[in-house]
Formats: sequence, structure tokens, C-alpha cells
Amino acid sequence: MGLVVAENITKIYSVVATKVSKDYQVGEIAIRALNGVSFEIEPASFVSFVGPSGSGKTTLLNLIGCLDKPTEGKLEVAGTDVLHLDRKQSAKFRGENIGFIFQDFNLIPVLTVYENIEYPLIMVQNVVSAERKRRVMTLLEAVGMADQKDKYPDQISGGQKQRVAIARALVTNPKLVLADEPTANLDHKTAFMVLESMKKMRNEFQTTFIFSTHDQKIVGEAEIIYSLQPLLSHLGLYLFCSLFLSQVLLRT
Amino acid sequence: MMIGQMTDSMLGHLQVHRKGYLASIDNLPLNMNLRLPSYKKLEGILNQQPEIEAYSPRIKFGGMFSTFVETTNIRLNGVYPDRELKTVPLLPSRVTNGGGKPLEKGEIWIPELMSKSMKVNIGDTVVVIATNKDGSVNGKQFKVSGILESITGPGGRDGYIHIEDAMEVLRMEEMEVSEVAIRLKDFGRLQSFSNKLEGILSGELTKQGKPMFEVHTWEKLSPFYNIARMIDLMALFIKLMLIAIVLISIMNVMIMAVYERIREIGTIAAIGTLPGKILSLFVMEGFSLGLLGVISGNILGLIIIAVINFSKITFSFGRQTGLILSAKVTPMDMLVVSLIVIVISMIASLQPAFKASRMEPIKALRHV
Repeated sequence: MGLVVAENITKIYSVVATKVSKDYQVGEIAIRALNGVSFEIEPASFVSFVGPSGSGKTTLLNLIGCLDKPTEGKLEVAGTDVLHLDRKQSAKFRGENIGFIFQDFNLIPVLTVYENIEYPLIMVQNVVSAERKRRVMTLLEAVGMADQKDKYPDQISGGQKQRVAIARALVTNPKLVLADEPTANLDHKTAFMVLESMKKMRNEFQTTFIFSTHDQKIVGEAEIIYSLQPLLSHLGLYLFCSLFLSQVLLRT
Repeated sequence: MMIGQMTDSMLGHLQVHRKGYLASIDNLPLNMNLRLPSYKKLEGILNQQPEIEAYSPRIKFGGMFSTFVETTNIRLNGVYPDRELKTVPLLPSRVTNGGGKPLEKGEIWIPELMSKSMKVNIGDTVVVIATNKDGSVNGKQFKVSGILESITGPGGRDGYIHIEDAMEVLRMEEMEVSEVAIRLKDFGRLQSFSNKLEGILSGELTKQGKPMFEVHTWEKLSPFYNIARMIDLMALFIKLMLIAIVLISIMNVMIMAVYERIREIGTIAAIGTLPGKILSLFVMEGFSLGLLGVISGNILGLIIIAVINFSKITFSFGRQTGLILSAKVTPMDMLVVSLIVIVISMIASLQPAFKASRMEPIKALRHV
């Protein structure tokens, strides 16, 4: 766990970001997606990153989820400085510490609900059969999908898919779960139900949940809200696009 | 089957000649025959070889064949009928007409073509006239007792008479032998025995210090061997083409499997599946495809073979008609081909599998 020492009190954080920036290279032009973001997230928090499109929510979740690396700054996730992890170490770290919930659910279509949840226990953590069954059934009960366990993803609704995705994210007992726009493809009623499920899981398993959204109606469900603003103003965006297009045209 | 037909009804498994005879076998040179002392020496050696089941000395010569109305040329084998039958046991099966009686002295078996063109039938009297090695001509009357079906290969259109009749026609005072045909107990040991016999006979030298005998297996005596080699070569190329097709097909399937599952690969990579495991997943898929192909292919192949054998499809080869197509595949062939297919499938899946395992999860997840 990440340790931040302040006034002789040891505090454990799920995520500690210090002046984290991220640039994307487009041709010869570097585009800054995040600029010096700093925050701390405590364990078992229910945190939301909000902001309009292009504000860097997904970028930030990708950095926390070790799917990408910051260009500048320091980032500790579950007590590990993730900046220096190589490809294999990142994969191992994700498998042991992080659960993912995707906007499009990303369930494996050829596996049943049960098998989708079981997958990380076989391919990522090598858990023995009896323990696998116990954990999968516990989570299926917890998300209310036990009676649907033999169905394939295309046989269940969007809300049910996302509940399966929540169960899959939690089955490895991760320290934090990252959800990028988990309700974007769901209607409001289902979106609230999914968020309720996530909250219930947080309470039950004491896992940190971090999700991103641009939907103001569900932001209120989060206990801690971090707001992100786009780095480029409309005028700046106009100037940047003009510059980029002129460069492309000059080259061609 | 065709090899058996040639070796068991005509050539024998291997033959021994006087050194240099084979080079001029088309002329059937009488002056290249083995003299009696040489033949006796050879006989002594052959009798000591436990691998030999039987052997048959032959006098081969060319002559004139006359029906008193028409005359043509003929190639004849003078043989001891009992020894010849032990050496080439399928010879009687070539006698299409004759009641299955063995060849007697004073009788002749003539080729089918000659029988038809000269209108000669069983029981007819004919005359064979031949020139001996000294140039004197002699003739003898024979009774036709068998019509021989022609088969492809050297000697496939020769007639047969008793060896003592041949000696009489050629005015031989003592026996001379053109060739000795040998049948082995185990055809599979042909090459090793041929090498052994060659080794033994190479020690037998003429007065001039030159080798006395030459040994040839049926392969060297029959042009069919070259055809068979050519067919084998073609089969090899077909196998190579099939391997290429398997390689390309599996690679295509695997490339598509990777392309269609980029988001899935991104998902499993994001949730922590190690690159090595992703690689092994796709290689295993290639292996499974290969295994499934092997199992279904082998079953289908065996069914087709069974259907072909059950249908008794006939075909013609040269002048031979009514040959039954007898399809078969050895367990070793099945095993080798199965292994090749499985290995090729795994090799073909390596590149796509490697690509999948090296995929950046973040890019894969963005893939539409």
C-alpha cells in the first residue's frame, strides 16, 4: 500500500498522483492531455472523475490502471510506483491489484456469464477450482446474476452485462476498480442500478471504486468528485487544429 | 500391386547375369551367357544363402516363330518350369488359356499378341527357328500349350519353353545360362540382400581378373521403377503443396482470429493476462485447429479409402485392363502427416499469436 507520511501519521492511499502530466505525440506535435494533476484517493473510496469530452478522464484512468505511463510526475497505485514497471510487470500488477469495468462491458462473447467472471482466476491468478467456484458464485449472488450464470453475453441486457463486468472486476480481490464511463451505454434507471451495485460491492469488499463520467445526473452518486477541465479552450482548440491541418497540408 | 505383378510373374526380386549382359540385354546375346562352370559356382553360392526362397536359371534368346503359314520373330525364355514357378509364382496367372497345366517339354507358351495376330491357339503346332552363337541355324517343333497375357516391363511379351528344348534349339552341348532370377523369402530385405550378394559375387573373378557376375534388383531391370519414382516425386510435391495450403489457411484463419478479437485481446490484456499467456492461447488455438483437422481428415480419409475399396473401381495400365484400384494408407503415413499438420498449424499460428501478445492493451481497447 502507498504510504504518505505526514505529521508522524502513516496514511494508506489507493492512489497518489503528484503533478502527473500526459502528452500524446501526433506527428511532430505533442498534445497535452493532462497537465500536472495531483490528488490522493483513500482506500474504499467511491470516487468520480467528471468533465466534458477531452478533459482527460480516460487518460487519467488509463494511467492509474497502468495501461499507459505519465509523461511527467509521480504516480503511486496501491503503494507501487507504477512509472518504472515494464510491460510484463504492468500486466502482473494489473492482474493482482486492479479491476476494470469498461463502457462497452467488454465481456468475452464465447464465454458464459460464469466463465467470464471465472476467466481472470484461471488465466491471471491461477486459483484452484474449488476456490474459483466459491468466489464466482459469491459475486454472482452479490450482483444478482446467479440465475443467469449459464447465459452468454448476447442473451442478457446491458445492465446485466455491466453487473457481470463488475463481478469480473472484483473476482480477483483487487485493491481498486477502475470504471471508464460505466453507465454511458445504459439508460438512466439501469445506470443508477449499476452504480448502486458498484457501491454495494464497495461496501461489501472494501474496494476502492474510481469511475469517470460526463453525465451530470449520476455524478451525485459519487462520494468524492474530481472535476477535470479541457486543457484547450475553444479558441485554443481552433488555433491548434489550424496549425495541425496546415502542417499536414504542407507535408502533402 | 504392380510391383508384385512384375516381380512375381516375370522378373523375380533380383537377377544375376554375366558381367556386361544387361548392357546388351536388348540383343539377347548368347555369347554373354554364363558358362556351366560359372553357373555351377553361382549355384553353389546361391544355395548357401538362407534369404533365398527359390531361384531359376533362364536361357533367353531370340528366334523365328512359324505357323507354317506365317513367320515372325519371338523372344523366348528357356526355363525349368518347376523352378520358374517357385521363383515367379504369379506366372501361371498370366496364362489366360491352357487349363492351368504346367509347361512340358516340347510345349511352348506364346504371348497373347502373337496368338491373336498369327491366329495361333492352344494345341496348334508351331516351329521355332534360332541361330546359335556359332551362327548355325536350327529349328524345333512345339505344341502351343499356353497363351500368356502381356504385361508392362522387360520380358513382358516373351514366350516360354522348357530349358532343355532351348538347349536343343541352340545346340548347346552343356547348359549355358543367360540369367538367374531369384526370389527372396522377405521382399523387405531386398536391398540388404542385394548388397550382400554383390559383395559375395564381387570376389568371383574371371581369368582376366575381371568380375564374373553382376547383380540387379527388379528396380534396375524395370522401366516401371522410374515411373514409380516419378509418381513418388509428384506425390511429394502434392504433399508440399498441401502443407503450403495448410500453412496459408491456418495463418489466414489465425490472422482473422486476431483481427476480429482485437478488443477482446485488449480486454484480457487489460485485466492482467500476461503476454506469454496470450501467445500460448493463440498457439493453442492453432494446435486445436490442427488437431481437429487431423482427426476429421483422418476419419474422412479412412472412409474414402473404405468406399474406394468397397466400390472395387477398375482401371487400365498399359495393356492390362481390369486392375482393381486398391487404396491404402499406412499407419506410419497417417502419423507423419498428422504430426506435420499439427506442427504446421502451430507454426502458422505463431506470427498472429505473437502479434496478439505484443498488442498494446490501450490501443486494442480503442479498436473498433
